[in-house]
Amino acid sequence: MKIVIARIALAVALLLLWEFSSGSLVNDFFFSRPSAIAVKFYGYCADGSLFRNMAITASEAISGFIIGGVFGSLSGILMGRSRRLSDLLDPFVTGFYSIPKIALAPLFIMWFGIGFPMRVYYTSLIVFFLVFMNTYTGVRNVSPELLTVFRLMGAKEKHLIRVVILPSVITWVFAGLRLSVPYSMIGAIIAEMLAANQGLGYMLERAASQFDTAGVFAALIGVVALSLALNLLTRKIERALMPWRVADETRTMTV
Amino acid sequence: MSSLIQFSEVSKSFETKDGTLHAVRDVNLVVDRGEIVTLVGPSGCGKSTLLNMVAGLFPPTQGQVLYSGSLVTDLNSKVGYMTQSDHLLPWRTVVGNVIAPLEIRNVPRNEAMARVTELLSLVGLNGFEKNYPSQISGGMRKRTALARLLAYDPETLLMDEPFGALDALLRLRMQVELRALYRRLGKAVLFVTHDLEEAVALGDRCVVFSARPGRILDVIDIKLPVDRDLMQLRYDPLFAKTCAKLWELLTPELDGVGQ
Repeated sequence: MKIVIARIALAVALLLLWEFSSGSLVNDFFFSRPSAIAVKFYGYCADGSLFRNMAITASEAISGFIIGGVFGSLSGILMGRSRRLSDLLDPFVTGFYSIPKIALAPLFIMWFGIGFPMRVYYTSLIVFFLVFMNTYTGVRNVSPELLTVFRLMGAKEKHLIRVVILPSVITWVFAGLRLSVPYSMIGAIIAEMLAANQGLGYMLERAASQFDTAGVFAALIGVVALSLALNLLTRKIERALMPWRVADETRTMTV
Repeated sequence: MSSLIQFSEVSKSFETKDGTLHAVRDVNLVVDRGEIVTLVGPSGCGKSTLLNMVAGLFPPTQGQVLYSGSLVTDLNSKVGYMTQSDHLLPWRTVVGNVIAPLEIRNVPRNEAMARVTELLSLVGLNGFEKNYPSQISGGMRKRTALARLLAYDPETLLMDEPFGALDALLRLRMQVELRALYRRLGKAVLFVTHDLEEAVALGDRCVVFSARPGRILDVIDIKLPVDRDLMQLRYDPLFAKTCAKLWELLTPELDGVGQ
């Protein structure tokens, strides 16, 4: 409880510092001030534009998250289980992975235009690589001894995948997915900033082009809120799907 | 009794970056159906290597390992292997782990559950059915692994220091259960241990190995009765004598340790 009070106190102190130094110590044209941002934020909420744009960004991020997550985990499992396939594809995958994804955005705009689908595809691409790499590593890390013990029990490849590999990979898939939450937001927002007339990225971009610093900060609040919500959602799903992890967390630590 | 496992002139060496490591050398041993053979020897003398070859994890460098008269060339699914680490699935509860081999064999759910319940009370895990492996003690994890091994009823049990992590009382209880099970089911058991008393208490025969490279120093027939009472064994002069004999065989092998 004490820590919560301390946190609130710190936040209030920082906001007050900002409020009173703005216009005297720093230029309020570039830094705005909390009170102005609050007014702007309230305005965005009141006319519904914040929620409308947030919903658009969220649906891009979530669709991209789902498409990228599904394809990423499936191809990760496929490539992790097939030695031949991974030997063949490894240099290509590494090559694609090392491209900064933002460099591909212009290509995506050329291919898919500036609409909603382009932003979903772009986000999917970013999520795909993160989930793929994690799943691939996860499949490769399934203990060979464990697989042998199950083979001695008479398990065939289909049993191994269902009983041993898929469940042990879930942990890695989720590590990839959790990592992907901020990246799916990055994907959606970059795509919106580059080419869109809707979404949180567009709000940011428009406010900045009008030198509306308070507007930029107000839109950023929206971005943070959406990120937190998506994070919370993945955590909830993760807990529901992996109850043994919760059991791990709640047990008393022993060495 | 017919011979079930046969090692003839078996040697195994491993290539490591520090050169060739000779694990076992010139091992000749026949294990019959329905006997418990215990393997003792200094650590690193290749006892586990022999079990691995029976399980078909790798072939011998020289010689042959026969199972039921045929060469072991691939994973041998006739054997159940209980290794030093328990290899439980962390995402499954105790029940989920024990039932896994039955799922693989498509045993109907009701039948499988009945069998699991029976096995869990046998190994004394009642009340822990819904726990995850991370929530139970090392001994309980071992017992879960044993229940899982017994669940699919393999012809031969390969056990590599399975009771090493258990406390004395629990270990005695597991030993009693193992002998009772073995007598009821007539399975062959190859049991690796470094505990000489355990080797005598459990075994019909005990194979004593030298330090690496492991060679067979002696095979001792343990003349204790088949229906021996493990609880009273420590007062049996024959038991003490057999343990002492093993000890004498093995002490020269400890020379060089600590030098």
